[in-house]
Amino acid sequence: MQDVRLGVDVGGTNTDAVVLDGSGRVLAKAKTPTTADVTTGIARAIDMVLAAGVPATAISAAMLGTTQCINAILERQHLGRVGVVRLGAPATLAIPPLVDWPEDLRALVGRASYVVAGGFEFDGREISPLDEARLRAVGQELSGQVDAIALSSVFSPVNSEHERRAAAILREAVGEHIPISLSHEIGSLGLLERENATVLNAALMQVIQLAVEAFQSAIVRHGIVANLFLTQNDGTLMALDYALHYPILTVASGPTNSIRGAAYLSGLRDAVVVDVGGTTTDIGALRHGFPRQAAVAIALGGVRTNFRMPDLLSIALGGGSIVRAGGNGVSVGPRSVGYQLTTAARIFGGDTLTMTDIAVAAGMSYLGDPGRVRDLAPDLVEQARDTALRLLAQGIDRVKTSSVAVPVIAVGGGSIMIPDRLPGVAVIVRPEHFDCANAIGAAIAQVSGEVDRVWHLEGQSRESILAEAREMAREKAGRAGADPDTLELIECEEIPLAYLPGNAVRLRVKVAGWLKLPGRERGER
Amino acid sequence: MSWTLTEQDLYDLTTGAGILGTGGGGNPYLGYLHVRELLRSGARITVMSASTLQETDLICPVGGIGAPTISIERLPNGGEYLGALRTVEAAWGRRVSHVSSIEIGGANALRPLVVAAQAGLPLVDGDGMGRAFPELQMCTFAIADLPITPIALQDVRGNSLLIQQVVNARWAEQIARAATVAMGGSAAMALFCLSAPDYRGTAITGTVSLAVRLGRVVRRARESHQDPLAAILALLPARHLFTGKVVDVERRTVRGFARGRVVLADGAQRIGIDFQNEYLIARDMQSGEALATVPDLICLVHPETGEPLTTEVLRYGSQVAAIAVAAPGPLKSPAALAMVGPQAFGYPDPYRPLPGDLRTAAAEERVA
Repeated sequence: MQDVRLGVDVGGTNTDAVVLDGSGRVLAKAKTPTTADVTTGIARAIDMVLAAGVPATAISAAMLGTTQCINAILERQHLGRVGVVRLGAPATLAIPPLVDWPEDLRALVGRASYVVAGGFEFDGREISPLDEARLRAVGQELSGQVDAIALSSVFSPVNSEHERRAAAILREAVGEHIPISLSHEIGSLGLLERENATVLNAALMQVIQLAVEAFQSAIVRHGIVANLFLTQNDGTLMALDYALHYPILTVASGPTNSIRGAAYLSGLRDAVVVDVGGTTTDIGALRHGFPRQAAVAIALGGVRTNFRMPDLLSIALGGGSIVRAGGNGVSVGPRSVGYQLTTAARIFGGDTLTMTDIAVAAGMSYLGDPGRVRDLAPDLVEQARDTALRLLAQGIDRVKTSSVAVPVIAVGGGSIMIPDRLPGVAVIVRPEHFDCANAIGAAIAQVSGEVDRVWHLEGQSRESILAEAREMAREKAGRAGADPDTLELIECEEIPLAYLPGNAVRLRVKVAGWLKLPGRERGER
Repeated sequence: MSWTLTEQDLYDLTTGAGILGTGGGGNPYLGYLHVRELLRSGARITVMSASTLQETDLICPVGGIGAPTISIERLPNGGEYLGALRTVEAAWGRRVSHVSSIEIGGANALRPLVVAAQAGLPLVDGDGMGRAFPELQMCTFAIADLPITPIALQDVRGNSLLIQQVVNARWAEQIARAATVAMGGSAAMALFCLSAPDYRGTAITGTVSLAVRLGRVVRRARESHQDPLAAILALLPARHLFTGKVVDVERRTVRGFARGRVVLADGAQRIGIDFQNEYLIARDMQSGEALATVPDLICLVHPETGEPLTTEVLRYGSQVAAIAVAAPGPLKSPAALAMVGPQAFGYPDPYRPLPGDLRTAAAEERVA
């Protein structure tokens, strides 16, 4: 046994682990409650999969998907104090950094912000020469006062020189131990959103450090010697040392992993994925093997960023949704018994009628004690089922991108309530291991590289620029650990810039490939 | 009639201006933040009805010119709008009494508020388009042949340019556009200073308060889980064209403009909407028949939130509701259609006006 991959998903309720062999077969899986210290939960899940007979020494790569970073932002916990430095004066002074942040988060994170002369025009001219003397003074002021620094600069996705030079100057003042996040490495055009993401990234440095240490220590404790990775928002991997610098790239990895896992388990590349949990159902679209991304600005804990994140529709319907019969007929949800399903539901001996009870009464599933739901009125069962199905069908219809009937992949513990037929759905695919799709998504994640910047077509052909962009994306993917021979173009978007002469275009190019592992055959999943 | 702009009004104005931006006009969110900062630091902005203007008043439209994609990256200095106004005042040799929006659709709805806050000047409730358009000559002041000069442009550094004389507004557009590129792709602009009778005779009045009310009905519908689309249709002389999914977006650059077409589908039904920065013409894809044409407003919004959707954010698979709003009367005259009708944008289709007039909805000039 060799080239075995371990995928771990730390969710709000459960920590899941799966082990896949070199050909991608699931060798073992485990589900255990998430613990406050995270490490214990991970260690327990690893214990369980190793107990199934997988030798620790066979594991050559371990991937972690985690919600710790997004939870830190949402709960305002464990965030670092950030010094925010923007290069762009005299431009941008009208809208200083952090003005659109919720006050509680700004008070916690944004200790000091500065706008310093520097930055570039769209065509590469300097807005102002970089004010190095001012930066040295800013460095002195920040020294000892902050846990991290976020640097942004106007048009840094086009020219990052000022950001890099400013980082070197600040580094001298604050010392090696203070992390500095650079906006051109974090986001794309749109200064405020890119800067916001960079500040959040800087604020998460301690969180990611702890997450990585928890993962490492659980791995080491089991005698596993493997390359370690974190999964990021787009369903691709980061090497651990890379992840330590870009924690913000993990914030949407949970739903992404479940969509990718569903794709993998079903073998489909284009489908709608329905992930039914205890309280909510997440519906996302799978396009070319990747989650479809949302178009509009995404707010993280109230902060606008320009991250591309999975376009998810969450509906209040799950296995634990409470079913009630009233004057206006039967209602399903939005309240749920949540994690108490295994004690509260009728079939598990409780007295709350849930969707899981309905699924059992309707003969869609065999769980618990079916005798406890035999007395339910057939009318009630039918109406509750129809209500849930209508919610699901509406959700699927909103997510799918074409009017033709699409395949639906049903994953998540609650997906037993999905019937074999739904309007607008060609086929319902229920893959094996559907209940661990997220950990599987982590285990099979690919490595990507992305380029997003403005190019001038003057004197160059469009083809040569596209080729150059692709090459830059390939290099980035290579640095992130991808096997160059397996890289594929997964996204290529061209946005002409209105009003500018010389045919300026913004290109967003992304490639992804399989992780380069020792002893692994090429092109294999 | 006059009223003081609150932070809530400002928020609603931003949403309303986004919808009236008909897919272009630039994202008003940054202008919202800029003005909100000014309000929070104590500035007070008064909006006055055009009916309150005195004969001796001088009204100066102020706005921005340039590429929206530049504006989201190279944010303003903050002083350029007031700088442009001062340059125009110097050329006139007199003080301006009121500022106005030249374009209520998109980012230019917010920019005169910056000057209003900084100079302590009232904003007149009106604009020169009742929507968004890509070029300077496409406004009611130019259609009425009022003098566009002196025009002042100012960039983020304080570079300032005064255009004293032009043959017509089209020339002004070309010269200003070239200067804007030299200034880094976006600039502040003051132009078309108007007397009170000229303003009253040519502006689309009441559009600032209309945009506030438009944003408000959308927000309230959202807050109370009502249908924002229905709320928009109840407020404006508008027709629901289509709700569907984006199944194709085609973009290309033609003479410096972002042109393209978005195709929406619902079952077998499809409509195509052509855009050149703004949405210009909506067609039934089966029959080829034009369902709505410029200068009527074609607005795309998210069907559940009422959030305006600009051409840049359209992506394959997005859910979109398309509505058409009757243009204000002054954009429908033969002289106006020569500047802003379908043929002015290169389409062979005749203008088939929707019933109604945006001015009917704007005439109320109230915010409450």
